[in-house]
Amino acid sequence: MKTVAARPESLTGAQYHYCPGCTHGIIHRLVAEVIDELGIREKTIGICPVGCAVLAYDYFNCDMLEAAHGRAPAIATGIKRMLPENVVFTYQGDGDLASIGMAEILHASARGEKITVIFVNNAVYGMTGGQMAPTTLLGQVTTTSPYGRKAEVEGYPVRMAEILAENEGSAYIARTTVNKPANVRRTKKAIKKAFEIQQKGLGFTMVEILSACPTNWGLSPVQALEWIDENMIPYYPLGEFKNKEA
Amino acid sequence: MAKGRVHLEIDRCKACQLCITFCSRNVLGLDEHTINSLGYHPVTAVNPEECNGCAVCAMMCPDLVIEVERE
Amino acid sequence: MGKILMKGNEALAEGALIAGCQGFFGYPITPSSEIAEYMARKFPQLGGIFLQAESELAAINMVYGAAATGARVMTASSGPGISLKQEGISFIAEAELPCLIVNISRGGPGLGGIQPAQSDYFQATRGGGHGDYRLIVLAPSSVQEMMDYAIEGFDLADRYRIPVMLMAEGTLGQMMEPIYVREPVKPAIEKPWATTGCAGRSPNIINTLHLSPEVLEHRNQHLQRKYDQLQANESRAETFMTDDADLILVAFGLMSRVVKKAVIEARKQGIKVGLIRPITLWPFPDAIIKEAAEKAQMFLSVEISMGQMIEDIRLAVDGAVPVDFYGRIGIIPNPEEIYSEIIRIAEREGF
Repeated sequence: MKTVAARPESLTGAQYHYCPGCTHGIIHRLVAEVIDELGIREKTIGICPVGCAVLAYDYFNCDMLEAAHGRAPAIATGIKRMLPENVVFTYQGDGDLASIGMAEILHASARGEKITVIFVNNAVYGMTGGQMAPTTLLGQVTTTSPYGRKAEVEGYPVRMAEILAENEGSAYIARTTVNKPANVRRTKKAIKKAFEIQQKGLGFTMVEILSACPTNWGLSPVQALEWIDENMIPYYPLGEFKNKEA
Repeated sequence: MAKGRVHLEIDRCKACQLCITFCSRNVLGLDEHTINSLGYHPVTAVNPEECNGCAVCAMMCPDLVIEVERE
Repeated sequence: MGKILMKGNEALAEGALIAGCQGFFGYPITPSSEIAEYMARKFPQLGGIFLQAESELAAINMVYGAAATGARVMTASSGPGISLKQEGISFIAEAELPCLIVNISRGGPGLGGIQPAQSDYFQATRGGGHGDYRLIVLAPSSVQEMMDYAIEGFDLADRYRIPVMLMAEGTLGQMMEPIYVREPVKPAIEKPWATTGCAGRSPNIINTLHLSPEVLEHRNQHLQRKYDQLQANESRAETFMTDDADLILVAFGLMSRVVKKAVIEARKQGIKVGLIRPITLWPFPDAIIKEAAEKAQMFLSVEISMGQMIEDIRLAVDGAVPVDFYGRIGIIPNPEEIYSEIIRIAEREGF
C-alpha cells in the first residue's frame, strides 16, 4: 500500500478554527500541496489577511506575516522588492481584497508585482458575522443587507478577476472553485501555474477561488457547494482571464 | 479493482459530510455512537472493503481528517 | 574632509544611505518630497529599492513588509500623510519592526498649510494610532543633525526593535547649511526574527493578533518594559545657560535655535534666562526638566503650535513652578518677539 493522500509538509497540521464545511481548509491544502510539489517551502513567505483566514500563519509551515485589513499586497510588495529570489503569496478574502484593500490589490497588479494572490471569494464577510461583501450577489441576504442586496442601494458585485486581468502588469489571472472534485483539481492546477509564473518573473498572479460559507449562507455544507453552482458561477464565470505564458 | 484504505483522524472531523457525499462507493458514514473531542459525530468507514483508494474523500475534506492508501 | 552645502531633506536622505538604508517607500507630499526624489536618484546606482507607492497606507505597509526582511528601510511624509500612516505604524510598533519614519512637518489641522509647524507633537509622542505604543521621536535642529539623527535613528530602531520617527519643521527640510558628511555605517545587529524564508530553521511569524487576553496583556507588558528602558536610557536634551536661570525656555527643533538667540540677547541685558532643547521628544527628557525646576522660578514653552509640548513640561515640573506658553503656527516666531516675551515676563515676575 502506498499513501496517495496525506497532509502536505507545508501545513503545520494545527487544527483549523474554520466552521464545518468551510472550504478554506481545502484551499489551504491545495496551496500547501503546490508549495511542496514545487519544492519552495523554505523560500516562501506568506501574508495572511484580516478575515476568517487571519490565523493562517498558524496553519502554513513557512515564514508568515499577518497584515492589516486589505494591506497584504503592499506588505508582499515590500518583501518581494527586498527579497526578489523568494516566493511571496498573499491569502485574502473578498472584504479584505475587494473592499478595504481595493487600492492595494489594483496597484500591486498594475505594477506587475511578482507575487501570487490567493483570493477566496465567498460573497460574504465571514469573521465579523455575515455582513455584505463587495462580492455579495444581487438579492443575497446578509446581516447588513437583510432585505437582499439591491443594485440601486448597494451597487453591483465586483468581478475582481476580470478587473485585474485588464492590468498590463497581470501575468496570470484565473477564477476557479472547489465545490466538486474536478473543480478542486482545476484549482490546484491554477494555483500551481500562478506560483510557476511568479517564479518566472512574468508579473502579478492571482487565483480567485469561489468558496463556500455554509454558516453565513444558512445552508448545509453540501447545499453550500450546490449554491456555488447555482448562484455564484453564473455571475462569476470560471476560467483563465489572463495567461502571459499561453 | 484497486484496493484502498482510509485512515481517519476522527478528532479533527467536524461532520460536514463532504467526504461522505463525494465518495462514489459509499465507504464512509457518520458514527452516531461516538462524539469526538470537537463535539461532533465523526466520520467512520462503514463499508471499508468497498474503498478503491481514489482519495476523493481526502480531496474534499476541509479538515485534514483523511489519509488514503492504495495498493 | 571639509564641509559641503546641503539641503536639510537631502542631508537626511544621505544620512539614511550612510546608515545602510536599502529601501524607501513613499508618496509625494510637500515639504518632504525631496527625500523621495533623492532616493529615487540614488538607489538605482546603489542597488537599493525606491518605490513610489499608490498611497501613504500602501507606503507604510511596504515598509512593514520590507522591514520584516531585516533590511534597513524608511518612509517620509508630512502631516496629512503621517496621519494616513498611523494604522501601519501601530502594526509596526507591535510587530517590533525597526524602521525610520520621517515627518517633515507642516501646519494642520486638515489640509492646513505647507508652512512649518510643530503641531504634530501630540501625534508623534503619544504613539499616534490605536493601542498602547510609543515611537522614539528625534527632533533635529540643524541640517547637520538631519543627517546625524537619520544615522542614529536607524541604530536605535535596530537596537530596540522599534519604529523611530524623525520629526523636523518644514523649514529644516528646505533650508541649506554647510555640514560634515559622516562615514558610512555597517549595520551590525543580527535579526534572527526576520521573515526571509525558513531554510535551515523553523518558520518565523510576524503577527500582531493576540486573541487570548493573557497573551495580549503579556505583549503589552513586554512593550511597556521596552518603553521604560528607553525612558531610563535614551531621553536626551541640550541645556544652555540653565544653571542660574530664573526663567527657562523650552523649545525643540529649528525653533530652539531662534530661542537661543533671544536667550543670548536677554542675557546681555542681565536677565537670567536659559534654554532646554529636548532632542528626544519621546522619551521626553523629564529628569532634566524636573532637575532644572528645582532652581528655576518659571518655564516658558515656545512652540510652533497652539501649545502641545507644554503639557509634557507641566508633567515634568509636576507643579513645582509655573509654565507659561508662547506659540504661533505657520509662522516661526522671530528672535525679537521671543526676546520681547522674555522681557515682558521678567518685568512682570521681577526677574
